[in-house]
Amino acid sequence: MDTILRIDVGAKGGPKAVTQPVGPYAGLGGRAMTSTVVCTEVPPDCHPLGPENKLVIAPGLMSGSAASTSGRLSVGCKSPLTGGIKEANSGGTGAQALGRLGYAAVILEGERPKGDDWYKVVISKDGVSIVKDNSLRMLPNYDLVERIKAEHGDQVTVISIGTAGEMRMANSTIAVTDVEMRPTRHAGRGGVGAVMGSKGIKCIVVDPEGTTIRHPANPEAFKAANKAFVEGLKRHGVTGQGLPAYGTNVLTNILCEAGGYPTYNFKEGRFPDADKISGETQAQIEIARGGLATHGCHRGCAIQCSGTFVDKDGNFVTKQPEYETVWAHGGNCGISDLDAIARMDFLDDTYGLDTIEMGVTIGVAMEAGVIPFGDAAGAIRLVQETGQGTPLGRILGAGAAATAKCYGLERAPVVKNQAMPAYDPRAVKGIGVTYATTPMGADHTAGYAVATNILKVGGFVDPLQPGGQAELSRNLQVATAALDATGFCLFVAFAILDQADTFQAMVDTINAMYNLSMTADDVVALGQDILTKERAFNTKAGFGPAQDRLPRYFSRESLPPHNVVFDVPEKELDSVFAF
Amino acid sequence: MALTVKCYATLAEHSPPEGETPHAEGHTVADLLAELRIDPAEVKVIFVNGLHAGLDQPLRDGDRVGLFPAVGGG
Ligand code: SF4
Repeated sequence: MDTILRIDVGAKGGPKAVTQPVGPYAGLGGRAMTSTVVCTEVPPDCHPLGPENKLVIAPGLMSGSAASTSGRLSVGCKSPLTGGIKEANSGGTGAQALGRLGYAAVILEGERPKGDDWYKVVISKDGVSIVKDNSLRMLPNYDLVERIKAEHGDQVTVISIGTAGEMRMANSTIAVTDVEMRPTRHAGRGGVGAVMGSKGIKCIVVDPEGTTIRHPANPEAFKAANKAFVEGLKRHGVTGQGLPAYGTNVLTNILCEAGGYPTYNFKEGRFPDADKISGETQAQIEIARGGLATHGCHRGCAIQCSGTFVDKDGNFVTKQPEYETVWAHGGNCGISDLDAIARMDFLDDTYGLDTIEMGVTIGVAMEAGVIPFGDAAGAIRLVQETGQGTPLGRILGAGAAATAKCYGLERAPVVKNQAMPAYDPRAVKGIGVTYATTPMGADHTAGYAVATNILKVGGFVDPLQPGGQAELSRNLQVATAALDATGFCLFVAFAILDQADTFQAMVDTINAMYNLSMTADDVVALGQDILTKERAFNTKAGFGPAQDRLPRYFSRESLPPHNVVFDVPEKELDSVFAF
Repeated sequence: MALTVKCYATLAEHSPPEGETPHAEGHTVADLLAELRIDPAEVKVIFVNGLHAGLDQPLRDGDRVGLFPAVGGG
């Protein structure tokens, strides 16, 4: 991984590809790479859809090697949704394919010429070709992938935008195909698809044919460390049993029990019909119908949190919907029909819409009276309108905050304009601190305090008390930023937070890969460095302490059943990045 | 005198019929696990009325108890 591929979309005669040595960006992967390039090369005050913005796609440091569960791909840019820096990441087969081809980053840059031409980029061991193909215009992701399959076979990865990205919606994803070559994995958050759309690139086909896995500098040590790492993942209850058996949706019941499951657009903390949409029920249905409850999004995943959701006749509907997706389109909208939720998951994937942003937007539209809470058919229609770009769909596709503004509502559950995920910050206060302060806008993955507040992983901090939450969020945000650079799936965090030897095994794999002698302190320093850069970008983009806050109504309106408000003091929120 | 008890994920088979079980004065969460034949080592998170609780927590008539093995996601 010592090459950077730059595609200048404004070059005379059409987009031009140039490769160059990784140079000053050597040793960076994933989020460390995307955030460093964005901070170095993108003016923070630029328009996210203008020519000055860049889209950076980077495999993690370990992607493409034999390291277990290391196929995460990062995408970075200035976000059209938040107006700040963005790193969104995805599973699937893209990071491994790019890593094996030797690319540390692919950067889309420059000014798209006037007109409405769309290009396909093909990257293989023979080099890079860029083809104009307007027949791909407005194809949803699933249709696009079928077209690519017919031309390039079923062993390639497709990194693509659906219709939402083409329409440059603030809610739009970049899809990455999985092992079955389905566009089920997404760099979901912050409207990264719109930036790809603004560059006129419909898809990037990555063909790893003829490449081999990346070899470690120290093969013996690598093998031993990787073995210990896998053993640790299997040993932990979450990564070894809970996630493979039930997937992420196992969280529905525990968040409801804790009174922190946002229901009816964040009005209540428990959904009365939770058992109809829980991970337990979902896994049961999948197995009874002949779907799959245990499945990996790329080869070499030792956890296998995913699955396949089929209809009553056994036909493929979508991949196993994630907890956040089931919540956003389910309890948050008062919907308890798993088939309807699975249908929306498919529609989101094919149009290229972030499921969290879409579901929260539907909740806001319900509050506005566009359709009633619980109206599953109406919710499906709203997703379709968004993907088709009707006038109402254009409003919804601009996200939850924009939709609330259009309908004159205060109650938009967002930070920095990005929709909050599936944990109410009043009853899970640590995640509230992360929502408020992460440079990404409301994002649970940026510092998953739910682990310690609710799941008792990595210790326990009472979710209902304000004390200790800032420190918890700080430590998790630092650790996560570092982990986001490695390419390891974020879910390894459950095992490494609880098991010191598994954390050490992970660090040892990196050291053996690159012949380094990184310590735990170096990992912390890496995380702090990434966050410091991202914060500096946001400051120059106009963000300050006033943006590191939850909407006021979370401190004013209490959440049943515990009747709590968000009460972490502002000065503690402002202390999160005092490393 | 009764408790509402829900066991989730791999513990689901231990849920009492109708989700209710009789409660004896002075019993704790540990006593309840013994009645339900659940190995405490299998239980990672315990809620009583939506609040995190330990094995030694005394239970009161009408309490809502939720029992979970190690679970996670995100
Ligand atoms: S645990 Fe899930 S998200 Fe992570 S790599 Fe495996 S299948 Fe993909």
